[in-house]
Amino acid sequence: MVAIFLGLFVGYALLETSQRGFAATLANPVFLGQANLLNLTRSIGLFGIFSVAMGTVIITGGIDLSVGSMFALLGVILAYLLGPDNIPWPLAVAIILLLSMVIGLFHGVLVSRARLQAFVVTLCGLLAYRGLARFISSDQTVGFGSNTGFELLRTLATGSIFNLPAPFILFLVVCVVMGVVLHSSVYGRYLYAIGRNEEAALYSGINTRLIVTSAYVLCALLTGISAILIGFYTNSISPASHGSFFELYAVAACVLGGCSLRGGEGSILGIFIGTAMIQLLRNIVNLQGIDSSLEFVVMGGVIMIAVSLDQVLGARRRNREARVDLRGAPADAAPAAKR
Amino acid sequence: MPEPILELQRISKRFPGVVALSDVSLSVGAGEVVALIGENGAGKSTLMKILGGVYQADEGMIRVDGREVQIRNVADAQKLGVSLIHQELNNLDNLDIGGNIFLGREPLSGGFLCLVDRKKIAEQSRGYLEKVGLNLPPWTSLSSLSIAQQQLVEIAKALSTNARIIVMDEPTSSLTLTETNRLFQLIAELKSAGVSVIYISHRLMEVNACADRVVGLRDGKNSGQLAKSEINHDSMVRLMVGRNLDLKRTETRLGDPRNRIEFRDLVSPFFPSHSITLTIRQGEILGLAGLVGAGRSELAMTVFGITRPLGGEIIIDGKSIQVHSPRDAIAHGIYLVPEDRRKNGLIISMALRENVTLPDLWRYANFGVISYASELRTAEEQLKKLSIKTASCETLAKNLSGGNQQKLVLAKWLSLRPKLIIFDEPTRGVDVGSKAEIYRLMRNLADSGVFILMISSDMEEVLGVSDRIAVMREGALMGVLEAKDFSEEAVMWLAVAPVQTNKDSAASRHTTLKGS
Repeated sequence: MVAIFLGLFVGYALLETSQRGFAATLANPVFLGQANLLNLTRSIGLFGIFSVAMGTVIITGGIDLSVGSMFALLGVILAYLLGPDNIPWPLAVAIILLLSMVIGLFHGVLVSRARLQAFVVTLCGLLAYRGLARFISSDQTVGFGSNTGFELLRTLATGSIFNLPAPFILFLVVCVVMGVVLHSSVYGRYLYAIGRNEEAALYSGINTRLIVTSAYVLCALLTGISAILIGFYTNSISPASHGSFFELYAVAACVLGGCSLRGGEGSILGIFIGTAMIQLLRNIVNLQGIDSSLEFVVMGGVIMIAVSLDQVLGARRRNREARVDLRGAPADAAPAAKR
Repeated sequence: MPEPILELQRISKRFPGVVALSDVSLSVGAGEVVALIGENGAGKSTLMKILGGVYQADEGMIRVDGREVQIRNVADAQKLGVSLIHQELNNLDNLDIGGNIFLGREPLSGGFLCLVDRKKIAEQSRGYLEKVGLNLPPWTSLSSLSIAQQQLVEIAKALSTNARIIVMDEPTSSLTLTETNRLFQLIAELKSAGVSVIYISHRLMEVNACADRVVGLRDGKNSGQLAKSEINHDSMVRLMVGRNLDLKRTETRLGDPRNRIEFRDLVSPFFPSHSITLTIRQGEILGLAGLVGAGRSELAMTVFGITRPLGGEIIIDGKSIQVHSPRDAIAHGIYLVPEDRRKNGLIISMALRENVTLPDLWRYANFGVISYASELRTAEEQLKKLSIKTASCETLAKNLSGGNQQKLVLAKWLSLRPKLIIFDEPTRGVDVGSKAEIYRLMRNLADSGVFILMISSDMEEVLGVSDRIAVMREGALMGVLEAKDFSEEAVMWLAVAPVQTNKDSAASRHTTLKGS
């Protein structure tokens, strides 16, 4: 969590040194303009949902690198289903979500049963799904054009509810639901337990294979939802580049939000703020007129500095906590604390 | 006492919120074996880490050969001839023996290329290996060595740095008796070569067997010392806990032979050629003895469902049950208190509350959402019942002492309905005070009708706590001793088996170890 605030600070400092200055940005009528704020919140919503998905597997100590390629594959399939095949949209959505869950199940089984490393499994997915997407579409851009019959989906991606971008509202809903799931449910506790010590979780009677597998399925399901939204947001899908690197935005949001890639750490609030931070950075980079090729430089720098500072301050905080633990303990647990 | 070559004077060390050592002094003479004893958390390891350059003392002085020295890091300690052999071996098992001995000090060749001179390593290691009696080529991969052999490599490494003072922190915790005896021989050889040894152990009979002098620590302070002639079990316990502790057995419970749990022809995948048939009676504590690697933990893992049995059945209440996973085992009331509690027993980076409720979390939940209040109630109740000493239920498990951690593992299970509890080395790394408490808990559980199977490598414990003793060797059950037949010889005879007793005199040697 410390990372988040430091990240904000560092981002601020970076921009302070840039030509126009951060204050100028905030004062910039474009930044505060409704159009920009709507754009910003929309992109937070779009990127947030699959960042939360990524968070669930990262908490178990895994990772899903195939997210971006799944966007391409699912997007292409969705375009075919709604376009040439002319399938009713609820059925198309059901097929997409089912397909994404099958992919998640595949990942989960390979990770939890075959004991393959999540990084490797999903790296193969990253390569395979994008290739498949390009093959299916003969590497041609496909899209939804201005076809009608699925206005609701289009509204969810590009429209607004209560004057707020619909994806942002959806993201808030996902956050609330997943917040309860991760932080107060039995299932969530199991995820954290497995992330911290899978063996001890097994020895406590947790069906670790099932839980780990389900985490990948859940991640894929949320990814599937994101795939639909992002597909309609861009409205056209070039299989070679659609959603490429998006998994890394999600990993970055999680890490910035306090998740540890070793597992067992992280919170919904953190991921929310992490996502917001990253989108804010992108937005500021754009508005500042910084060369867009430098976008990743800024992001990489900010994350690295924030996480390093978090490490330093985190060590201090843990010391302080250990001290608090000892203070209230009886004499023999902390023999000398009283002296 | 010979002229001291090492003196630690009035050492103090504070950690955030705790004074680990205050005014501790220790001196070691050339060729002397000094045993350092004390309960967990008494400061033994901290003191040795200061000596080894891992920590720096806040106050106090270290003298080597009468000269005051500063030990700022491990390299400083090595230069002064101090070498630490840690409790958890610090070997790299992806290297070979020679590579470990010369780790960080590899002889180089090839000029500016700085290549590792393997030939030289091999040549030089061979001499040290000979000294410690490990007859293996230096290019043997460390991962193929037993823990005892790895320990010998550590000692060879210490010798290769020309160590004059070797610190051994719980060196025998995973050694078999024969290996332990070999270690004692080696200590004697080191001693006659003028090397001093600081020996840290919980096993008092070992201290009895090898120490020239005993120094006690309690709560980070010196609690006194014993000369060679004063060393005996009771005086050492007094040094550690400041009171006499009676671990002597009370009456033997015969157990109710009608109410029993049976393992019938159980075959664990680790030892597919042996099947185990064993009966545990209600009301008794059944000890399970044997050497390390005899297949006892593997049997426990099979019963608990970590590994699926290749055959056989478990019979509880006259019904045969199948256990395919720990979940199944727990559902049948079979619980395991595992050997390595930090790895398997607890999630040490989680709070006490979360650890206690983990095995049966659904009980504390409504529609899948956990009720914090109901968790807290159970956790507090269990902590009180087992008198686990801690600031609050939100303390992380890793901040507890060894004994309290072990009680926490038990707290997990006692909040459920135990039928059979398997204790695997229940008091390993647990201080004397908590040991007695754990024995009392086991006895109370047995009296209340819980079936107890206790795996232990500690002979005192096996003989003192069990009502019957089953002995295993190489995956097979060698026999079950009734209380009237209890003796170390009887247990060891079964554990090493007839064919080995002639050439392997572990049993007879062990008896001489015990002393009192």
